[in-house]
Amino acid sequence: MRSSDLYTRKFHVSEFLAEKLIAATAFLSFAVIILIFVFVFREALPIFSSSEPATHDEAVQEEVETYGEEALGEASQLRAAEEKERRAGSIEHVEGNASLRNLLSTDWQPVSGEPKFGLLPLIVGSLKVSLIAILLAAPLAILAALYTSTFAPKRVKEILKPAIEILAGFPSVVIGFFALIVLATFVQDLFGTMYRLNAFVGGVALSLAVIPIVYTIAEDAIAAVPKSMTEASLALGATSWQTALFVTLPAATPGIFAAVLLGVGRAFGETMIVLMATGNAALMTFNVTDPVRTMSATIGAEMAEVVFGDTHYNVLFLIGSILFIFTFTLNAVAEFYIRRRLLRKFRGG
Amino acid sequence: MTTSMDETRIRTEGLNLFYGPKQALKSVSVDLKKSRVTALIGPSGCGKSTFLRALNRMNDLIDDVHVEGKVLIEGVDIYDPKVDVVELRKRVGMIFQKSNPFPKSIYENVAYGPRINGVNDRSKLDEMVERSLRQAALWDEVKDDLTKSGLALSGGQQQRLCIARAMAVNPEILLMDEPASALDPIATAKIEELIYQLKSTYTIVIVTHNMQQAARVSDDTAFFYLGELIEMDETKKMFTAPSKKQTEDYVTGRFG
Repeated sequence: MRSSDLYTRKFHVSEFLAEKLIAATAFLSFAVIILIFVFVFREALPIFSSSEPATHDEAVQEEVETYGEEALGEASQLRAAEEKERRAGSIEHVEGNASLRNLLSTDWQPVSGEPKFGLLPLIVGSLKVSLIAILLAAPLAILAALYTSTFAPKRVKEILKPAIEILAGFPSVVIGFFALIVLATFVQDLFGTMYRLNAFVGGVALSLAVIPIVYTIAEDAIAAVPKSMTEASLALGATSWQTALFVTLPAATPGIFAAVLLGVGRAFGETMIVLMATGNAALMTFNVTDPVRTMSATIGAEMAEVVFGDTHYNVLFLIGSILFIFTFTLNAVAEFYIRRRLLRKFRGG
Repeated sequence: MTTSMDETRIRTEGLNLFYGPKQALKSVSVDLKKSRVTALIGPSGCGKSTFLRALNRMNDLIDDVHVEGKVLIEGVDIYDPKVDVVELRKRVGMIFQKSNPFPKSIYENVAYGPRINGVNDRSKLDEMVERSLRQAALWDEVKDDLTKSGLALSGGQQQRLCIARAMAVNPEILLMDEPASALDPIATAKIEELIYQLKSTYTIVIVTHNMQQAARVSDDTAFFYLGELIEMDETKKMFTAPSKKQTEDYVTGRFG
């Protein structure tokens, strides 16, 4: 080959453009996430920056209310009209004071003569419902994953695995609707609870949304355990159950842990199911049969009706920030676990 | 082949094995003797590993496997429906081609077998772990860090750890599926030395691709080709004066 043959490098325009376009798209999605992040935190910031009530101009307020009229149904239009009348009338709209003391109180009454922005019942509510959901979902999902990846005959696995994974794509509003109409009545008939909608019903409904997430990741983690390891155990005269319990599960622990963390994240952030199934009363109790109001449901229920720029508005964004930080941390820890621990485990060290 | 019945530990009679429609073993009848090392040789895909795995029913784990004929261990047909596979595998240990320690400590790797058999007494476990590691010629190298992960050992040490782990459940037979094929010459020599020492206690069946290894470690050699047992005899005779042409062609490297 003559050396001049090599000096024929050409500039391919289409390749160059395609490469840059893909890179731009990737950075765009990254930028959008960052911007949402910044926006949520910026809107929550006024709570910390000044103790005096923030001012809001009438024009913006008007805008918010017409938005309500356009988007919502007849019933809400009526309610919005009443709201407007009430504000214009005798009772003056009260700007709340979101001092730290107020935020840490146990009452959530954002629309009242003296607004109370106690976040504790909402945080307790979220934790309570998420805990119920994960306590139900994690064992079920992990055992299901263990069954399909180690015990189930091939045919059963081929049906069961996609069936559970399809549940992940189930619209949460449908699960919420099911919980509201069917599950709540069933639970009340079964346990004779005082309130039809409560933390337990919400937790059970939420577990339906959490199971496929925990299942999918736990299944991957268990399937990633090398076959040579289970064979070694079986060749030593261990039963398949002993092998699953003492070899497969321990080897897959980091992945299963990550699966549970992601499940908690989903449970914490899920809005529609808890909004429909928990009763939404901001009670500061640890009783699972009491109605409960979660952080996500509070944002979902109140954001559309809040006064733009109001303290209440800022507090809702503060709740959003807390949710954001919580799920972000969970996801980061889970990611770390899957990547580092699981791989290191199989490579030694 | 001169074998009296009382020396036989494993006997197969007309063993046929199918993977789905494909026949992997064709009417294999053989006697494997006590206190001897039997090497299984033959080109890739000849059925020697399949035969090995038929001896402790590891093939059961593969879908669509069908077995005909008999495998008698100490006179008991292990494919009899009344036979407990778990109990069988405790008596017939297996070492795999790729060392496969558990992601646990060295101690826990060896103690795994006794533990699943219900041994929980710490001093008893200590004793079993030490004895097995000594038998596997690994004790002196690891006695000071038994809590270290088994995966942190070198390849050769890992394989000896697996041998120790298999011996901790007191099997009578050890099946080895190319135990040294992934090891360097020094580690291989150690494994071979170990096999030589173990043969007084165990019946050892070893699959190997390495002719020199078969010649070095085994007393008897069986040559498989296309699922059939072509010839089995004392190793010395197999490598110097085989009675079948195919065996001679294979051991002299004319094909394979």
